Amino acid sequence: MEQTKSIMIVGVGGQGTLLTSRILGGITTQAGYDVKLSEVHGMAQRGGSVVTFVRYGKEVAEPIVEEGCADVLIAFERLEALRYAHFLKKDGVIIVNDQRIDPMTVVTGAAEYPEQIIENLSKEYQVVAVDAMAEAKKLGNAKVFNTIIIGVAAKRMNFTKEEWLQVIEKTVPPKTVEINKAAFEAGYAGA
Amino acid sequence: MAEKKIMLGNEAIARGAYEAGVKVSAAYPGTPSTEISENIVKYPEIYAEWSPNEKVAMEVAIGASFSGVRAMASMKHVGVNVASDPLYSVSYAGVNGGLVIVAADDPGLYSSQNEQDSRCVARVAQVPVLEPADSQEAKDYTKLAFALSEEYDTPIMVRTTTRLAHSQGVVALEEREEPADKKYERNPAKRVMMPGNAKGRHVVVEQRLKKMAEDASSMAVNRTEYRDTSIGVITSGIPYQYVREALPDASVLKLGLVHPLPRKMIEEFASKVGTLYVVEELEPLIEEQVRSWGIKVIGKEIFTIQGEYSANMLRKAILKQEIVTKEPAKVPARPPILCPGCPHRSVFSVLNQLKIHGAGDIGCYTLGAVPPLNVIDTTICMGASISMLHGMEKAKGKEYIKDWVALIGDSTFLHTGVNSLMNMVYNQSSGTVIILDNSTTGMTGHQDHAATGRTLKGDPTFAVDLEELCHALGVQHVKVVNAFDTKLLAETVKEEVARDAVSVIIAQAPCALLKSNVSKVKCVALPEKCKKCGMCLKPGCPAITKQADGTVKIDETMCNGCGLCKTQCKFEAIETVPMA
Repeated sequence: MEQTKSIMIVGVGGQGTLLTSRILGGITTQAGYDVKLSEVHGMAQRGGSVVTFVRYGKEVAEPIVEEGCADVLIAFERLEALRYAHFLKKDGVIIVNDQRIDPMTVVTGAAEYPEQIIENLSKEYQVVAVDAMAEAKKLGNAKVFNTIIIGVAAKRMNFTKEEWLQVIEKTVPPKTVEINKAAFEAGYAGA
Repeated sequence: MAEKKIMLGNEAIARGAYEAGVKVSAAYPGTPSTEISENIVKYPEIYAEWSPNEKVAMEVAIGASFSGVRAMASMKHVGVNVASDPLYSVSYAGVNGGLVIVAADDPGLYSSQNEQDSRCVARVAQVPVLEPADSQEAKDYTKLAFALSEEYDTPIMVRTTTRLAHSQGVVALEEREEPADKKYERNPAKRVMMPGNAKGRHVVVEQRLKKMAEDASSMAVNRTEYRDTSIGVITSGIPYQYVREALPDASVLKLGLVHPLPRKMIEEFASKVGTLYVVEELEPLIEEQVRSWGIKVIGKEIFTIQGEYSANMLRKAILKQEIVTKEPAKVPARPPILCPGCPHRSVFSVLNQLKIHGAGDIGCYTLGAVPPLNVIDTTICMGASISMLHGMEKAKGKEYIKDWVALIGDSTFLHTGVNSLMNMVYNQSSGTVIILDNSTTGMTGHQDHAATGRTLKGDPTFAVDLEELCHALGVQHVKVVNAFDTKLLAETVKEEVARDAVSVIIAQAPCALLKSNVSKVKCVALPEKCKKCGMCLKPGCPAITKQADGTVKIDETMCNGCGLCKTQCKFEAIETVPMA
């Protein structure tokens, strides 16, 4: 039996982790897997640290990913990659958007933003860092940075590019299909 | 083959209601229940509304049920408290069309003020409870709830938790049933709950629960899974998934109906297994009943009453496994904050400068309690800000509250703040109430309410005028101020807290995240004029950061152009420019 795969999507509330989880949910369901995703709604969405769990396989019981069990960590922000890195398996992969968003504790001076996050994480894990925000701006819409990240992640998962594009088309708002497809392609090609 | 779709637990509940032929749904938004109504509204066959609060929603559903159709009210756990008055008594009256209340608990406190267990409320109200364990069951049990409601003539609670409500899983879709409306017959002995009638109905309630408890042992919704019998686990809901993950070989009694319990089935299961555990999040409701029957069972002596469970937690507690995980990195916390452009931040920065204490309420603005704003001193429940400020004044006198205000959002004010304000007028308070009117129910993700002019269905409707409403309650001093006009707001607050009469300040500006509220400008910092004083950083806007040289930078993708930082700057080092 194929092992259940565990993916985590982490970021800052408002960055669009929910859309990413819908796309991952769509692609895994379409492929006939049993899938469970667990999301955070409500107050934590207001600029707080947010985490989404995705698990798929033949039969999935618990909807959460536990520490030391994640195959892939998709981080929309550097500090959040560091915060959740210990959820990864020994050879886990981190795909990180190379962006810094200061938490209020840093803004008020109560804490310092850690230096060299990507360098340090690379010592223990396979890290793929992408400046997706810059790429997205090149495409003309900073908001689609998360679809670029999906493109990067897709390169490391067992679904075809066409399958991904189909799901993106079905999931994103109709007006944004083209730009999201372009963003996915950019991430997929760059990865 | 039935169509399969991946669905959020809440979406599946909505689908279940649709398939069960529900005709009326009422709710007040509250995490983690909000998406039930947001999905129900997609089915034109169902009348769906946002009611001003959960008590109203419950009563709307009761009325619909009595008239003969299937009806549902959904709410978060603390909403069940608000709705408990009708809930306790409709339990006596029973139903006509099936009546279901969805109660969404929040173990782990992701977005709530407490961690209460709604099963306990249902038990005291003598209302049966179904608890699904995944999205498929969320749909199936919702349908079953309507059937059981009609069969046993009782309202049924479907209890979920955040983890279920906000997890997605695969669901097989079915067609909608169209049950014929039940005939309405006048029956005051059953539906008029005055003492003489209620006495008789209480007897019926006891008999009903007893019958259901007997039947429960043969209900398919409760099932035994015999594997290795050295360990037996009684569980339900999401914890079932953790049990399956951690103890795949253990025997399990999975309860779908968690109240009343199937005693015969549990006794038989207990007799066949070695060590018996009860795994349930929050209160030991199942455990205590099982133990009261003389069955030896292990529960809360090794499992916590707080928070969510996990498979690893069970591995440690039951199997005594040592789970070695890496230490989490020591990183700065990232608690939730008010968004860039949030009008509440503007109001809080004014109150902070005036050193005003805030009796707070439930909404995004509860975040005004934390640094750097530090305005809110108290938060208990919906509507409490106003009544608590009144209580403080009556305890300590008028002078005591001269540096206090009550702070409440527009949706929360309409939920349960109106009565409290009426009380302030009636009982001659001198307090000041600030209604933070952002034209929406913000924290739960922008739901309409009675003052927005739009229904849940999206249709235009009459909008309650908050100013007129306050006047009608007898408040003589009502001022409406733009929340971003910090100067006028400061003057108004000083004037009103000094006044020896009840006053209301309506601080207006739409939520920055509302789709209709697209900013045409953004703020830019001018480093050559910046004196590095840090005043613009004080309101704690996440779009502004201090750079290494002490000057500030405004993130162009985050900035909403609200201009609050500009009003703080004495050196004209921040300007607004048109959005690119």
